[in-house]
Amino acid sequence: MEQKSIFSVISPIMVGPSSSHTAGAVRLGLMARNIYNAPFSKVKFVLYNSFATTGFGHGTDKGLLAGILGYQVDDSSIKNIFETVNNVDYSFSYIQDISRHPNSVDIIIDDKMTISGDSVGAGEIRINNINGFSTDINGSYDTLLLMYKDKPGMISTVSDIIQKQKVNIASLHCGRSSKGGQASMYIALDIPIGEDVVEKVKNIKDVYFVTNIRKLK
Amino acid sequence: MTILSFEELINKCNTENKKIYEIALEEESFIQDENFDVIKIKTLETLLAMKEAVKNGLKSTEKSISEWCGDDCEKLQKRYYTTASILGKTFEKIITYALATAEENLRMGRIVACPTAGSCGIVPSVIIAVAEEKKIPEIEQINGLMTAGLIGLIISNKVQLAGAVAGCQAECGVASAMAAAALTQMLGGNILEILQATALALKNILGLTCDPVCGLVEVPCIKRNAFLAIHAVTASELALCGVESKIPLDEIVDTLKITGQLMSPLLKETSQGGLAKTKTAIELEKKLFNNKQ
Ligand code: SF4
Repeated sequence: MEQKSIFSVISPIMVGPSSSHTAGAVRLGLMARNIYNAPFSKVKFVLYNSFATTGFGHGTDKGLLAGILGYQVDDSSIKNIFETVNNVDYSFSYIQDISRHPNSVDIIIDDKMTISGDSVGAGEIRINNINGFSTDINGSYDTLLLMYKDKPGMISTVSDIIQKQKVNIASLHCGRSSKGGQASMYIALDIPIGEDVVEKVKNIKDVYFVTNIRKLK
Repeated sequence: MTILSFEELINKCNTENKKIYEIALEEESFIQDENFDVIKIKTLETLLAMKEAVKNGLKSTEKSISEWCGDDCEKLQKRYYTTASILGKTFEKIITYALATAEENLRMGRIVACPTAGSCGIVPSVIIAVAEEKKIPEIEQINGLMTAGLIGLIISNKVQLAGAVAGCQAECGVASAMAAAALTQMLGGNILEILQATALALKNILGLTCDPVCGLVEVPCIKRNAFLAIHAVTASELALCGVESKIPLDEIVDTLKITGQLMSPLLKETSQGGLAKTKTAIELEKKLFNNKQ
């Protein structure tokens, strides 16, 4: 059993009113920000199920937007976020779909990347899909995510580069759309890796997207 | 290392001759790989955030997004300004602070989830109000909060503290048990008395459902914070007098879990039953939905 902290019951310090619908929403936004890891000018949020029906009263929309703009869960200005944002074009839509988790969202950034995640309770989150690839990222590890053309040897090439930096790999997951098609890999790390390592991974042939996702605070 | 039961906790306290908060401090310092001072400072920051939430809540009458709630704390302050409550100053402060915090939560103010945001007013109101009235120094408030933390943690190792999993007994109920433990610690109770207070609080709230109107953390959540803060005081007073629960605390926690499993999903945060499906709640829901559009 994973050993839990007393601060799992006497924290987080957060803006209300709901750990799943407010704090969880902020963390989903923060995670999407860390995954995209580049400036953006447009973001669309698709809220599902309970996020769609009760999100309004819980400030879920404000939380998501604040998160993607880099606000932390305890920032009192989240409440007035709509009045303060002016350089990002944002929109919300609401859908009922029972195949999705009750507290689920798609975050579409610059029409380029779609990140889907759930708020699974007590402020904890899970990113389960990035651009069509299944993931299971909860923000508790620094994670290297890459997308590439499926071919043999990619895993060892990437893990070699990481191991040379003496960074321990906590877990590694891969998936692909079809043999030889687009594939994705995400690697949870015990300590963050530097941008130089990211550059090396970017330079591997047939890798078309790499992002160094920082863990959540 | 993980402490899985209260029996284990008592044995550990007895064999090592330590208080519950001392065990909490050691455990926490081990998992976080930090020294005792860092953990104490982190706990102090949590306590200060709780006090800040009370302070802000006392000043504000801003309504929630639904516009149903937000001005009850002021009503209490108005009355107590001129008329004393029958139970005295500490009682007044506890229920006022509980509402202050819970209202601050719903207006998207900064609070400490303890253990959840919906139940955020219970532990702080008891600790802060009693500390003010009894002039209890900050370090003892920290010890109380750490005691509450370890108690809540041990319960959460057995049952997830979420209305969706086990109803409100697992949120406000557990918050009340944590507050009872903190208070008993602050009032100088021994380990057995602290655990008896926890047991009495928890046992007498078993079965509490979670049926928030329109799915919002407002009705019945806000006022429930005031009720369960006082519930914690009752438990602590009984325990300090030597009253004991016939059923041991570990078995009560197991019962909470099983009761949660037996509870209909309609009464576990789905807003499909209970208060959420009353005639008035349905009307409120319609109004809220129309306003939103
Ligand atoms: S009724 Fe439900 S939402 Fe409200 S405080 Fe209790 S568990 Fe939380």
